[in-house]
Amino acid sequence: MSYCYNTPEDQRQMLQAIGLDSLDALFDSIPAPLRMQRALDIPGAMGELELTAHLAQLAKRNASPSEKISFLGGGSYDHFVPAVVDYVSARGEFYTSYTPYQPEVSQGNLQAMFEYQTLICQLTGMEVANQSLYDGGSAAVEAVLMAMSVQRRQGRVVTAGSVHPEYRQIIETYFANLKTQLVTLETPQGTLPPATLEAALSDDTACVLVQQPNFFGCLEEVEQLAEITHRAGALLVVVTDPISLGILKRPGDYGADVVVGEGQCLGTPMQFGGPYLGIMACREKFVRRMPGRIAGQTVDRQGRRCWVLTLQTREQHIRREKATSNICTNQGLFALRASVYLAAMGPTGMREAARLCLQKARYAQAQLFASGRLEPVFAAPTFKEFVVRDRLADVDGLLADALQAGFLAGVPLGRWYPQLSDCLLVSVTEKRTQAQIDALAQFVAKTTPIKTVEHAKHA
Amino acid sequence: MRNTRDTQLLFELSKAGRRAVELPACDVPQEPIADLIPARLLATCDLPLPELTEPQLVRHYANLSTLNMSVDTHFYPLGSCTMKYNPKRNERLAALPGIVDLHPYQPDESLQGLLALLYGLQEMLSEIAGLDAVSLQPAAGAHGELTALMVAAAYFREQGERRTKILTPDSAHGTNPASASMCGFDAVTVNSTSAGFVDLEDLKQKLDDQVAVFMITNPNTLGLFDPYVRQIADLVHERGGLIYLDGANMNAILGVTRPGDFGTDMMHYNPHKTFSGPHGGGGPGAGPIAVTAQLEPYLPSPTIVKKGNGADACYQLDYDRPRSIGRVRSFFGNTGVLVRAYCYIMTHGPDGLRRVAENAVLNANYLLSRLQPLLPVPHGPRCAHEFVATALTLKQQRGVTAMDVVKRLLDFGYHAPTVYFPLTVKEAIMVEPTETESKETLDAFAETLRQIVDEPPETLHAAPLMTPVSRPDEVAAARKPVLRWREAEQPSQVEG
Amino acid sequence: MNPQELLYAKTHEWVYLAEEGGTQVATVGISAFAVEALTDLVYLDLPEVGRTVTAGESFGEIESVKAVSDLYSPLTGEIVAVNEELREALEKLGEDPYDAGWIVKIKVSDQTGLDQLMDHAAYEKLCEEEQA
Repeated sequence: MSYCYNTPEDQRQMLQAIGLDSLDALFDSIPAPLRMQRALDIPGAMGELELTAHLAQLAKRNASPSEKISFLGGGSYDHFVPAVVDYVSARGEFYTSYTPYQPEVSQGNLQAMFEYQTLICQLTGMEVANQSLYDGGSAAVEAVLMAMSVQRRQGRVVTAGSVHPEYRQIIETYFANLKTQLVTLETPQGTLPPATLEAALSDDTACVLVQQPNFFGCLEEVEQLAEITHRAGALLVVVTDPISLGILKRPGDYGADVVVGEGQCLGTPMQFGGPYLGIMACREKFVRRMPGRIAGQTVDRQGRRCWVLTLQTREQHIRREKATSNICTNQGLFALRASVYLAAMGPTGMREAARLCLQKARYAQAQLFASGRLEPVFAAPTFKEFVVRDRLADVDGLLADALQAGFLAGVPLGRWYPQLSDCLLVSVTEKRTQAQIDALAQFVAKTTPIKTVEHAKHA
Repeated sequence: MRNTRDTQLLFELSKAGRRAVELPACDVPQEPIADLIPARLLATCDLPLPELTEPQLVRHYANLSTLNMSVDTHFYPLGSCTMKYNPKRNERLAALPGIVDLHPYQPDESLQGLLALLYGLQEMLSEIAGLDAVSLQPAAGAHGELTALMVAAAYFREQGERRTKILTPDSAHGTNPASASMCGFDAVTVNSTSAGFVDLEDLKQKLDDQVAVFMITNPNTLGLFDPYVRQIADLVHERGGLIYLDGANMNAILGVTRPGDFGTDMMHYNPHKTFSGPHGGGGPGAGPIAVTAQLEPYLPSPTIVKKGNGADACYQLDYDRPRSIGRVRSFFGNTGVLVRAYCYIMTHGPDGLRRVAENAVLNANYLLSRLQPLLPVPHGPRCAHEFVATALTLKQQRGVTAMDVVKRLLDFGYHAPTVYFPLTVKEAIMVEPTETESKETLDAFAETLRQIVDEPPETLHAAPLMTPVSRPDEVAAARKPVLRWREAEQPSQVEG
Repeated sequence: MNPQELLYAKTHEWVYLAEEGGTQVATVGISAFAVEALTDLVYLDLPEVGRTVTAGESFGEIESVKAVSDLYSPLTGEIVAVNEELREALEKLGEDPYDAGWIVKIKVSDQTGLDQLMDHAAYEKLCEEEQA
């Protein structure tokens, strides 16, 4: 009851004003048989002190990167978050406000939204960005639905097996109730061969969904893929890793029509998968088919520059069953964090972070392969992640031993790719040091029987 | 006293060579980038991002923040959004490194504390709903709604039925019909009676074997508990349909009645409303759903299962769900929001949750009784957690609209209630005070409204007068959208 | 055009029927009443020339700041002309709804929908009812 003001005396006066004689009478409109005759069967109330102890106890039973050295990725990453990001987002005026329905008292949020949209355009090379969706995966499915609506093609959507498997699962789930066919192309060498794409396109293909760098960390030949896609009259939807854009070509510069991505890496903690930030940007001509909130610049009655939610007729509260999407929240808090992050990093910081990821991942690859137990799987160039194969084909054992030794060594791929059940996805961010990488490599080497090393040397 | 220099756009404040973050030098041997990545895939120049220092960023955003109203700073009676106080302990606890820094693909054995917490939340949400099973995966209320409809579609598919229609009341949130059509259903609207309840006769007419789901918000968006909800459920169930409850208004019934007890088959929660998540300028939310046992097999994958008991208990993410609809978002769900909901429920316990509902409903009814003489409440004189007043008389007699009235409230330091929703009430003003406001605040708010309705119409048309900006030109914004800053077109504008 | 001489759909489109080269061509716009009710128009979504439409089908959308309405084809046929100038000059819909504010021309292929249209007097009565 820590957060209610009403004293028994307040309650008495208020009930009197309403003309009721008890709190129970407030619920008279609920038919008696429907009312609970007992208390809820949930644990008893805890004061702040007990709750704090309880949560501390629970937290202690989890292994966090502060105690385990993490090489986990696959769409959620342990990147560094500058303190200024936490400071800004924790300001109550941002933290506890809601959607800026009243622009006169929401200029802080609206301007921050407008800045975010601009920053995302600068980052991706696109013309317009929305004010975010739930996460990278939901942004991907919304982008696909948007492409179908823009192209007025409902027949087929083509994607690559190298796109995040959970993103593809989301699309499959959404498509279960629609007539559109999702065609997933095999990527046996870790990337999508352009010829494979060419063969899969049809007149009724709305879009092609690819990821750069892809789920395996490999770089796709995106320019060729864009050209092939456009030749078939389809749109190219690209899932991007925002951090990679510190050195890689921007999607807008190689022909992407819609860009989505997981914005968690831009200043949001991993928090076991969410809440995250679904980034979406597109060409200006598609803006009226884009889901999500958008802030626009205008002037007030005195002619002062200001911002307002605009193009609202796309949204569910007006268009109802014909809306571009049913989404009504955005991830405003994480969009704000991403803005502060991008502004704090600037062009130099983004370049440095991307280069550190690249160089350290490269170094880690070399060290891990030198252990003898692990070997490369794909030849394609990579950015901050790469796939390794366990010659002993004991991924579960390796990960369990690594955890004991203080490492979260990688993400096992067998759950999504049975043919890669002896493989791990290893991710290296700018936070990992040479010492940590060496330590992991030494650990792996120690688990390697001598004959495997010998075999590796002769292989 | 306003600092307008530092609230120029980031891009206008930028100066080449400034920076806020310096990363460490590379501590591993470096290879030439050209050897690692083909030139055709590399950027040819740095990103065109702004360049600023840390103090500059702090001053920029700290000043911007002061242009917002928020729950921490203002009374925020935004109907249907349940803008209650956001407890600070929840923030501290959700930020514990052992919770906030966990990776979604860590092995289950390294997550036992968090999985225990989330399993506990599943159990509590199931009990509060009076339903058998919970999925924590959906990312927001609308997402939960969509997920539940997918669950329904999968259920009917397995029954060998092809039902095509979803019924929604005319007072429903716009997300209801939008979710229905995203799921491939046709949305059909059911009328309300003049008392604000579902029109049973209209329902009977529209109810046939093609109806998959009736989506109901109860208490509804007029702030009324529909006393016929059990009859409605029986009618729908007789035709083989399912009842979906939009749980947006759970705050009014916590521990008083349970959706499962009045016939609901599936529902979503808005934990960011009911269980006090911070709204962060429009998000994040979460949208866990609760369903009956017969629908459990179709819930998204994974869910959390408990193996063993007592000290031997261990928790696992269960991916082995062959009849599941699949996935609706990546990773587990909006864990950060769910942890705050857990803290909130644990803070209150069974009695505390009931008292939340009592005080929310008491505050709303009290405020209704104070406002009714000023602005009629067509569906009064009583309500649940919120009520809908109308400025129709004011408009007819003095030309003052609902928008005028609420814009003027801003001048007095109150956030505006929701206006023009639900669509079934003309000149609607929807007020939800929540339980975390005092009688003094409610009295002061009512007194302010009393002054406002007597003010000259010209003052009200011009309102707000004291806010950082006056009413923006929304027509210009929508006709020629300017959706990002561009260097050439925007000379910097420094006021004052 | 004289509004008195036009036909109207109950969804507020007006129709002017004329013979052009042996076929019937319908010019379609929206009534002054509808334009006024929509207020603050911001966007018009127009169809492509060559698209076939059936009576009662939506061929485009008109948006104000906070509302969106479908434009329904009163008749069945092929769209042979679209008033492109409106895109950049939405005010013409309000200033001159029955001439410069025409929206599309449809080459009518059959008489479906014709019997649903009403004359000016009947339409005025409909508007009065809607206003009440």
